[in-house]
Amino acid sequence: MKRVNKALFEAFLFLLALTFLSPIYIMLVNSFKNRAELYQNVLALPSSLSFEYYGEAIRKMNFFTAFGNSLFVTLVSVGIVVVLASMTAWMLVRTDNRWSKLMFMTFVSTMLIPFQTLMMPLMQVMDWIRDVLHIPMLNTHGGLIYMNVGFHASMAVFLYHGFIKSVPIALEEAATLDGCSKFGVFWRVVFPMLKTITITIAILDVISIWNDYLLPSLTLSNKALRTIPLSTFYFFGEFTIMWNLAMAGLTLTIIPVVIFYVFAQKYIIKGITAGAVK
Amino acid sequence: MKTKFDKAWFALFTIPLFFIFATVVIIPFAIGILYSFLSWDGISANPKVFVGMDNFVQLFRDDRFLASAWTSVKFTIFALIAVNVLGLVFSLLVTGGLRMSNAARTMFFMPNLIGGLILGYIWQFIFTDAFKFIGPSTGLDSIFFNWLLHPQFALYALVIVFTWQMAGYTMIVYIAGIQGIPDELLEAAKVDGANGWHRLTKIVFPLLMPAFTICLFLTLSGAFKIFDVNLSLTNGGPMNTTELFALNIYNEIFGYSRYGLGQAKAILFFLIVAAVTLTQVVITKKREVQM
Repeated sequence: MKRVNKALFEAFLFLLALTFLSPIYIMLVNSFKNRAELYQNVLALPSSLSFEYYGEAIRKMNFFTAFGNSLFVTLVSVGIVVVLASMTAWMLVRTDNRWSKLMFMTFVSTMLIPFQTLMMPLMQVMDWIRDVLHIPMLNTHGGLIYMNVGFHASMAVFLYHGFIKSVPIALEEAATLDGCSKFGVFWRVVFPMLKTITITIAILDVISIWNDYLLPSLTLSNKALRTIPLSTFYFFGEFTIMWNLAMAGLTLTIIPVVIFYVFAQKYIIKGITAGAVK
Repeated sequence: MKTKFDKAWFALFTIPLFFIFATVVIIPFAIGILYSFLSWDGISANPKVFVGMDNFVQLFRDDRFLASAWTSVKFTIFALIAVNVLGLVFSLLVTGGLRMSNAARTMFFMPNLIGGLILGYIWQFIFTDAFKFIGPSTGLDSIFFNWLLHPQFALYALVIVFTWQMAGYTMIVYIAGIQGIPDELLEAAKVDGANGWHRLTKIVFPLLMPAFTICLFLTLSGAFKIFDVNLSLTNGGPMNTTELFALNIYNEIFGYSRYGLGQAKAILFFLIVAAVTLTQVVITKKREVQM
């Protein structure tokens, strides 16, 4: 009796998980159908596997360019966040004076500010930097990366700060006595010990920057610079009526995310838990 | 070593990030407050007129904005309940020691990695054309019709998509909480004759309070600040009935070019987000049980 119950429970859980992902199924099957077939039965499997709409979606979304742009912006932004935030947080933990405390409080206290509160004045500041200082902050990947780093700074400093507090100082003192500069102490001794929290921060920031739509939409107007969410938005505006084409496009955008998930699942789950619990 | 303050090293390590952070967050926040007292259409050649508190007075007379704020509150309450109930149920199901647990956990979490914009588009197809097909073919027309054309159901549609996105996330946090409960405690209660429901409500739930704090905080601020799903699923429609807070601010500034008024809303938005989330953290922290 108990074994039957358990088998039923296993089956129930499996069915529940499958039902939960049914929207993905609907997206997938309809990306292979032509218009008539799609409207005949949206739930049925396609009669043939034609990749016609994928080819069209790749062309119309400029998919590979958008993918490259997203990859470049995400990786460079996250790399800079990790390098600068770990250095900053370490210095803030190891320096015990009011400037250090004030700076930490400034980082942390801004964490609740919603993006919508900052977006318009931020664009004014970036306009001013472009017009007066002649640094091209708008409509460049460099400018977008700069702003990404600014927005992800406080969370990263906060997480590093909490982690570094529990790292023993003895090793650093030994390295200093051996004649290491602060720079050497940090990169050779401290940073390698921060691996777990670095993975957490990198994963959280990769997910949020990769999926971000609003900031790139405000800063990038050049078509060739668009990231995946941006090119999806414009693609969708033009082809909403053609659902099969739209579904092929959406499937394309999800493929990189699924690949990332498959390879980094262990780290993602750990990172999410650690990031949330802090 | 710890007390020796080396100014040059301190600056070298902290100033680069702090400078970027200041230009992207602090300065815009400060001038954002100034903008909320101005009347301006966003064109730099046109004058910025100081109007004092006018924008703040005006936004309380803006019916569309008040409706939007109220809809945001309703959305947040529905979403808060749906996300946490489902996340908790999922976490209990996958910690039951079944062979399917790992696969199910992977599948439940999956939507969380897909961006809100893309989720909204997938579901737009489901709530419109897929539902229009399912309704007549199953005879359940009263459930399956185009939800996005109906004000109330369009809001429920937003709740469903947000729940689909966030339930797996809260599940992960609840799982961590459940795994932190010592087995002996539950065994002891079992020996003492406590049934499954009692063990759940008297032992598991009280010990999960830290996880509740985290999940409520995450869903509360996430739901109240929702933008991407709102934009791609309903874009505020039908007839602006599902235009939530963040989208209303966006439309006011970039759609109608009322920069001063829009920024006043944005400042109010910040104050509400800060007040609500801080209050919530303080309340649930108080109720946490010490092990």
